[in-house]
Amino acid sequence: MRSFAYDRPATMDRAVALLSGGQAMPLAGGMTLLPTMKLRLSAPEALVDLSSVPELKGISSDGKTLTIGAMTRHIDVARAPEVTKAIPGLARLAGRIGDPQVRNRGTLGGSLANNDPAADYPAAALGLGATLITSKREIAADDFFRGMFETALEPGELLTAVRFPIPRAAGYAKFPHPASRFALVGVFVARFADGVRVAVTGAGPGVFRCPPLEARLAEDFVPEAVAGYAADPKTLNSDIHAEAAFRAHLIGVMARRAVAAALQPTAA
Amino acid sequence: MSQIVGSQIVGIGASPLRKEDLRFVSGRGHYVADIKRPGMTAGVFLRSPHAHARLKSIDSAVAQAMPGVLAVFTGADLKAANVGGLPCGWGITGKDGKPMKEPPHPPLAQEKVRHVGDAVAFVVAETAEQARSAAEAIVVDYDMLPAVSGVLEALRPGAPAVFDEIPGNLCCDWELGDAAATEQAFAKAAHVAHVSLVNNRLIGNPMEPRAAVAEHEPTTGQYTLWTTSQFPHVVRLLMGNMVLGIPQHKLRVVAPDVGGGFGVKQFHYAEEAVVTWAAAKVGRPVKWVCERSEGFISDAHGRDHVTEAELALDEKGKFLAIRVKTLANMGGYLSTFGPNIPTNLYAPLLSGVYTIPAIYCEVKVVFTNTVPVDAYRGAGRPEATFVVERLVDIAAMEMGIDKADIRRRNMIPKEAYPYQTPVIVQYDSGDPAGCLAGAVEAADVAGFAARKQASLAKGKLRGLGFSTYIEACGLAPSRIAGRLGARGGLYESATVRVHPTGHVTVLIGTHNHGQGHETTFAQIVSEKLGVPFANVDIVFGDTDKVQFGMGTYGSRSLAVGGSALARASDKVITKGKKIAAHLLEADEQDVDFSAGVFSIAGTDRKKTFEEVALAAYVPHDYPLEILEPGLEEQAYYDPVNFTYPGGAHIAEVEIDPETGVVTLLNYTAVDDVGTVINPMIVEGQLHGGIAQGIGQALFENCVYDDDTGQLLSGSFMDYCMPRADTVPSMKISTHSTICTHTPLGSKGCGEVGTIGSPAAVTNAVVDALAHLGITHIDMPASPNRIWRLIQNAMLGRAAE
Repeated sequence: MRSFAYDRPATMDRAVALLSGGQAMPLAGGMTLLPTMKLRLSAPEALVDLSSVPELKGISSDGKTLTIGAMTRHIDVARAPEVTKAIPGLARLAGRIGDPQVRNRGTLGGSLANNDPAADYPAAALGLGATLITSKREIAADDFFRGMFETALEPGELLTAVRFPIPRAAGYAKFPHPASRFALVGVFVARFADGVRVAVTGAGPGVFRCPPLEARLAEDFVPEAVAGYAADPKTLNSDIHAEAAFRAHLIGVMARRAVAAALQPTAA
Repeated sequence: MSQIVGSQIVGIGASPLRKEDLRFVSGRGHYVADIKRPGMTAGVFLRSPHAHARLKSIDSAVAQAMPGVLAVFTGADLKAANVGGLPCGWGITGKDGKPMKEPPHPPLAQEKVRHVGDAVAFVVAETAEQARSAAEAIVVDYDMLPAVSGVLEALRPGAPAVFDEIPGNLCCDWELGDAAATEQAFAKAAHVAHVSLVNNRLIGNPMEPRAAVAEHEPTTGQYTLWTTSQFPHVVRLLMGNMVLGIPQHKLRVVAPDVGGGFGVKQFHYAEEAVVTWAAAKVGRPVKWVCERSEGFISDAHGRDHVTEAELALDEKGKFLAIRVKTLANMGGYLSTFGPNIPTNLYAPLLSGVYTIPAIYCEVKVVFTNTVPVDAYRGAGRPEATFVVERLVDIAAMEMGIDKADIRRRNMIPKEAYPYQTPVIVQYDSGDPAGCLAGAVEAADVAGFAARKQASLAKGKLRGLGFSTYIEACGLAPSRIAGRLGARGGLYESATVRVHPTGHVTVLIGTHNHGQGHETTFAQIVSEKLGVPFANVDIVFGDTDKVQFGMGTYGSRSLAVGGSALARASDKVITKGKKIAAHLLEADEQDVDFSAGVFSIAGTDRKKTFEEVALAAYVPHDYPLEILEPGLEEQAYYDPVNFTYPGGAHIAEVEIDPETGVVTLLNYTAVDDVGTVINPMIVEGQLHGGIAQGIGQALFENCVYDDDTGQLLSGSFMDYCMPRADTVPSMKISTHSTICTHTPLGSKGCGEVGTIGSPAAVTNAVVDALAHLGITHIDMPASPNRIWRLIQNAMLGRAAE
């Protein structure tokens, strides 16, 4: 790890000011940033540790939406009564990210801003049609994710909270990567009054929506509706753990399981 | 686990808690990376990012001038200083009678780099971060060459030559067995089973990465190396004598607490030599600690075979012959035991636990642009077991014979031991049918059909897999090993030092890095000498404290080291009887020794072990002309034969056909390890070994890119270790026959788990898929592979 400057601001304004030059990196849970620094794959000149900014933490609900601060840890999302009541599928997703150590450190905002193509949270944000609130503006999830590790965030722009619309039902099913336990394929489904959204992570170069599945499930939101579905493997990842055709197949399987989970929100 | 008080005699067969665990679980272990020496510097290796390239130039001028940098060394510096290459401990001989090709292995690359991770420079600086920064500033001009990582590709005409002087990349074309007799047996076979398989390449990944600290005292010429080694004396011999030219009495090698070895730490590595040499050059102690990702590209790897094998059977399913052709990957250099593993530790095990009249095996040992391959827990024997046990299952499936039954029909009967196989080895004792019967019972094989139906009702496929296996361990009888190409002896040594108080210190040449030696060996002494368990300490891992010993590998510590310890203990008793005879004014022949008491038969005259020990060191009235003072004895034990643990393992799996995910439901092992000293430790060894075998069967895979030679599984993000939630609870028991030639009757248990289990798990996976016409799957049986096999089988059916 190379040497770097370190700040831990106590207010949002100070954090934004420190980040405004675009040279400093925000440090959330550090679950990705710190390992890459240790391996010297990244060497930021300065880190702005967001852990002491109170406005970035917390969960609130107005009955129609659920807003979660960017620095809220996975474990807190998984356990918060507001989340388990409003969007149990989101709580279950958070409770299955990484391992206990990661869940006790990693944050919602850190995961979304990093946009790892195999991370779980991007599927929830896109699948629920969340709004990402930054220090400058609000960005719809559909516009936020820009492919592998790329987002709409501009240099110095800080993700502060995420507002999730509360769906009628939502579920997530993940086929874990055997080694890393990221999503080899993860599918998030959410049913709203006006339609169904399906987001897929792990399978391609970044999280993406799956219109054919959304159409099938809009007709009938039951597991059988997606039976036999396999995505087109042409745009999917192929690596030593899964060929593209296997990932294409798993999208259908995980979609079905996600729908089943959405319909049984109290099941494990 | 019974609570046993250390003030008691705790002998053979007891399960006291492990003595060493108090320091490990309380954070008081002392590892190489914990060592701090006055004025210590930090070393970092610059490693090749390319699999194969010519080294045109190395410019370290900028690096040398960077803050804190003390020195930058390259292969040219070592060459100029006449530093030797790393020696290979075994020289095998090819079919043509010629020795294997043995190219040089410089500690830092010269002229060419031959694998990703090949070390090209060593930077010494005040801190590791400074050394790392300087290493990044070294400019290496590589002239890229085409690389070859797989054995099939390496043998193809026109393949890139890993060594310019060895076009074709063949290190040795080796054989064992009777080709003509095997040919004849196949000619009259009623059925021939065939398998074409890959034994997947593995990375050992002990929890503690390798590390080395070295220092040099210029006034005396004394060197000290602390290293993460399973065999410090052998490192002293190989490095001192063959690489650096340091006289043995001027080199101390210490292997303190070592966090797991699994074979990975039983080689003399380049880093040890470079760190030691550099410490003298810079005139200050040097420490190098391997990073985890660095370990992936510099620790010796394991396995990596491509094999074609056939089993000939008569119409009743009796085995007539086995024929095997294997291509074994050696990587870019010969590691310490490299060529021995896929030859001498492989082909002699192809008889398994069966009577097979004719066996013939050919092994082509091949260089590639990959990390050197050497022994990894099991080393050759899991590969042999996998070949035999897969063939047996395929034959059973094709001939419609029950898989347990075909094994029973062919097993060596208990009364047929000692059994001479057609491939060198003679098994001294065993009862494979007894092990199988025990495992069948414990695994409730009778209830499997009903369980399979229950799985089917849930849409799951259930399979049962057998592996009845043997291994040769207790390495090794020096005389036999010498004939097979070993360049050293394979005995072990032990000193039993009895203090004037009757407390005992054992100095032993084996090395404890997880096996529980401090407990097991203390039990042996406690039993033998009748001294309290708490009064025995085991010392190892320091060449200045312990007489020459060969170290720990090949499940040898108990079978060979424990034998030396038993012999040395017997010598203590013999001398103790002389002392007791003197004290009791009796004839030596009339002195009995039992449970720590010397007594004269038929009388009440006796002396305790403590009294005798004290008298040995206070010889005021000693008959000094016939009896020396002191009570300390040493034994060097060279075994007369290998030991042959074996057993029966049964795995039960459930497969989700939709995703290809295998769930290992049950695992049963009944093993014959000879006399068990500590049942708890044996069970723990089995747990660990089986977990690693499950890792090979279902998860672990070291993969290189075919075109570039880049390691694709270069971290735990891609290299999948077995974990607590993927390894089931196991049913472990022993069904032992006594080894006829070791003093304690023990055979060894360190590797049996990794040897039996890959075949058991794979056979279970194939069994679950057999209804689809699937007869084989390569390891690891990953979800993608299983899904693909199912898809292909269904496509094939649709086409029919």
